[in-house]
Amino acid sequence: MSVGQAIPTMVGEPPDDELQQRFLYEMLLIRRFEEKCAEMYTRGKIRGFLHLYTGEEACAVGAINALRDDDKIVTHYRDHGHALARGVEPNRIMAELFARVGGTNEGRGGSMHIFDVSRNFLGGYAIVAGHMPIATGLGLAANLSDEDWAALCIFGDGGVGEGEFHEALNLAAIWKLPVVWFCENNGYGMGVPFDDSLANDVYKIAASYQMPSVRIDGMDVLEVYSATQLALAHVREGNGPYFIEALTYRYRGHSMADPELYRTKAEVEEYRQRDAIQRLKRSMIADGLIDEPTYQALVAQVDAEVDEAVAFADASPEPGLHTLYDHITKEYEGESG
Amino acid sequence: MTEMRMRDAIREAMREEMLRDERVFLMGEDIGAYGGSYACTRGLLDEFGPERVRDTPISESGIVGAGVGAALAGFIPMVEIMTINFSLVALDQIVNNASKLHYMSGGQVNVPLVLRMASGGGSQLGATHSHSLEGMFAHFPGLTVVCPAFPGDAKGLLKRSFREPNPVVFIEHTALYGARGEVPDDPDHLVEFGQAATVRSGKDVTLVGYSGSVHQCYRAADMLAEEHGLTADVIDLRTIRPLDMSSVIRSVRRTNRAVVVEDDWKFGGFAGEIAAQIMERAFDWLDAPVARVAGKDVPMPYNRNLEYAALPSEEDVVEAVLSML
Repeated sequence: MSVGQAIPTMVGEPPDDELQQRFLYEMLLIRRFEEKCAEMYTRGKIRGFLHLYTGEEACAVGAINALRDDDKIVTHYRDHGHALARGVEPNRIMAELFARVGGTNEGRGGSMHIFDVSRNFLGGYAIVAGHMPIATGLGLAANLSDEDWAALCIFGDGGVGEGEFHEALNLAAIWKLPVVWFCENNGYGMGVPFDDSLANDVYKIAASYQMPSVRIDGMDVLEVYSATQLALAHVREGNGPYFIEALTYRYRGHSMADPELYRTKAEVEEYRQRDAIQRLKRSMIADGLIDEPTYQALVAQVDAEVDEAVAFADASPEPGLHTLYDHITKEYEGESG
Repeated sequence: MTEMRMRDAIREAMREEMLRDERVFLMGEDIGAYGGSYACTRGLLDEFGPERVRDTPISESGIVGAGVGAALAGFIPMVEIMTINFSLVALDQIVNNASKLHYMSGGQVNVPLVLRMASGGGSQLGATHSHSLEGMFAHFPGLTVVCPAFPGDAKGLLKRSFREPNPVVFIEHTALYGARGEVPDDPDHLVEFGQAATVRSGKDVTLVGYSGSVHQCYRAADMLAEEHGLTADVIDLRTIRPLDMSSVIRSVRRTNRAVVVEDDWKFGGFAGEIAAQIMERAFDWLDAPVARVAGKDVPMPYNRNLEYAALPSEEDVVEAVLSML
């Protein structure tokens, strides 16, 4: 695929039936989890900033399912969906949002900073584009260790205006590092429309760093999966980084505090008509992979999991005040690393 | 023991740690073929090759962040930021990422990253190139801040920094790179963090410094002895986070007077932290308020006479001591 090509044709391994079932399940899990989060936020169970991922599910599910277990992910602060797609337990994510000891980060991180090292999920980062140089460093580590794992860096279109975007891409390009840059372009940097923010299209800006750069439909999970597979194959072969701009849309405001004065309800409705979950559901029904009753059963299963996550989080204790100073630094035991 | 210049002791520390541990690698602007702006990495490219001694573009935020990422993936990177002035464009990586990831992740990850940078004024480089920001870094929980004054300590502290599982900001004073001193030959010689050194003993006043200001304290102690018949304890903090206040407090309880010296601006500076802790822990032993001798509250001027006036001097230290008698 050439540099700067806009919409790729479908390539790579087409997802088999089982994988499509998984995509549907994971997108539904994210959707219902996030809707539950909104409810828990209004009930005061979740505090701080809460950025919900509804509408963008196809990005996380398509991209992350293309990874191997030993690939590493860093992402931005709208990170629940990515964590769920990576297999981080919903119970532990919800407990983190509830700020409890059973949370992924023992209640120290919150919504924007989910970590799960056991899944090579190396964090949500809340300073826009601040994690992009870290992805470069992960790619550098992969190269220095002569291993063929790759780094996936997920960020939003808002990150493209930051200097760290450009430094990170440039370093990855000159050092030919195995990093897949995955831009979730949801059209707005908080409330400022994309068109008022950048002098060029995202994938064209990235292409100027001499890496393959494609724009894809981020509301089509099959396309996201295929494009990411292709990107991973490219970076694993030592060809340097690869850039994907996925066009997507968030249904809710930037955060729960957003009054959404900058867009119309009609616009949101327009995108809801293109919903990734409904799209996959329709095609799976057409292919005879599911029918309406099995779909409803899946929704019920997901809802039960989300309810279980809430129950788990609620039952988990708050961290004791005596643990305030835990984890400021790792203890030195006379060994390095 | 071998007599060495500061820059050679620093290079030797990096060299020994690279030989000892394959996970250690270096990156920074002009650290390879150029040998480093202050010649601290000269020869290391030839010995270790471009993978482990990596020249980078001028992208401080990018390379510090890449250091954080490589550290997360099991390496022990040393990133040289040419001077502390340029660390200001990498603060997001240092403050938001390196210092916090262990805590924020609930202890899941740690960042064994060494950041070396040159600090200090006095070379007529003007306001943007003459900062002393040691105290700013000491402000952030999660960082260790090392400020050696002598080559032997620099080597032992830098080697210790490579063994540390957390980020270390290792700050070298530009005026000291050529300073000579005795350096232990033992490759296992480490200097532990949070242990100040009493480099001179006396009974009339405690002079506290770190990095370049230790030498001003030392010269002031000479002047006090020769011209005024007074003797001073001179305490070299060596690391300012962790901070060895116990050594300072023990000394002040004996001398009953203290002067804290630093190049950084006095207003909101680190000397104020030390003065406050002395007040909290040794108030009843003090015969005079703790004095601070520090940089004047101006952007560093280019003119030589003005720059000299803006920096603390040994004469200022002597004057501060005499005014509290």
